Amino acid sequence: MIFPTLRRGMLACIAGILAFLCLSPALLAGELLPVVPPAKARFSEEQACVEPLDDIRKNHMEYLLHQRDDTVHDGIRTKQHSLTECIDCHVGPDQNNEYPRISSNDHFCSSCHTYAAVSIDCFQCHSDRPAENLQFETLSRGMMPDLNNATK
Amino acid sequence: MTENSNTDKSRRQFLGSAAVAAGMAVAPGVILHQTASAKPADEAISSKVRWGMLIDTAKCANGCDACVSACDEEHNLGGGRSETDAQWIRKVELRDKQTGHSLTMPLLCQHCEFPPCVDVCPTGASFRREDGIVLVDKHICIGCRYCMMACPYKARSFIHEDLHDQKPYSPRGKGTVESCTFCVHRVDRDETPACVEACDAEGHNAMIFGDMNNPDSEISRQLASYSSSQIRGDLGLNTGVRYRGI
Repeated sequence: MIFPTLRRGMLACIAGILAFLCLSPALLAGELLPVVPPAKARFSEEQACVEPLDDIRKNHMEYLLHQRDDTVHDGIRTKQHSLTECIDCHVGPDQNNEYPRISSNDHFCSSCHTYAAVSIDCFQCHSDRPAENLQFETLSRGMMPDLNNATK
Repeated sequence: MTENSNTDKSRRQFLGSAAVAAGMAVAPGVILHQTASAKPADEAISSKVRWGMLIDTAKCANGCDACVSACDEEHNLGGGRSETDAQWIRKVELRDKQTGHSLTMPLLCQHCEFPPCVDVCPTGASFRREDGIVLVDKHICIGCRYCMMACPYKARSFIHEDLHDQKPYSPRGKGTVESCTFCVHRVDRDETPACVEACDAEGHNAMIFGDMNNPDSEISRQLASYSSSQIRGDLGLNTGVRYRGI
């Protein structure tokens, strides 16, 4: 036989725990889960990315590894699993028209890799920004008027 | 005037519809500039092709380094520290001490059929592609530099320091050895290397790039018609880069 006051106390306690459990995922989502930047386009009508999302999230490193050997040794340059294409689609300019670097959590790859605590060394050699950024830089260097000199 | 503008309009419409037709003729994802002779992206390279280069030293202008700067630009080689910067191609001056006659020529990886760099590589990172291009697979290069010692042409460079802003098509990094790739990213698209393009743009036309296995290619016809030589031909490496006038 449980005393009514004790029972009331236990119920309040359980309600408190339940409330915490319900609220905590929302808290977690707000603070800890990675904020992954959106891709520029869908792969196809049916599919968001080059493979189904649960597959590419889990196995992207396998696809990249396979593609890397095919490309370096056999000159196969298909786009579906190419790292360059990943970067082209997933890394876009921010509000200031600047491309996030791999060192920043705003970069597509590091946004998730920081969360998962998996360090990657791809970008010690590979470009972390898309080719379009590069073309813009080349264009602005070679063809646009030199604004610094123009103001003088 | 009215007639002219009408003509212009119909011409523009015609060009517009032609462009649409051309756009529709190719499958999505296929780039228009690919010609019929280009290798499809999903097809592996084969030994039917052997890429080579013929350099005419008589046409190579003294004081011109367009090929070197084009290479630096294409692969972002210059780091501003000449002692340690990678050199994939360099201008070399040859002088006959007795007569005083001198000539200049570009020296780059000779893309040997039997490359000493591949023989000595302990990891298999240094390799020869089926189509004759000698490359370093930097994913498995451990930076031991045996290949640099083995190369008779001093064609390879070691990267001593962290690099930034590499080109997407030309990944390069600290701790690996690298050398001329014959601009393999361009070759796979059926284009010519950046140095050859730069030499042609300067009007010197001293470098010819092409398939040495195809008897109808410009390089094969030139090699068949005129004498040429390999640098250190005595080593029997069967180089992919040939010279005229040395």
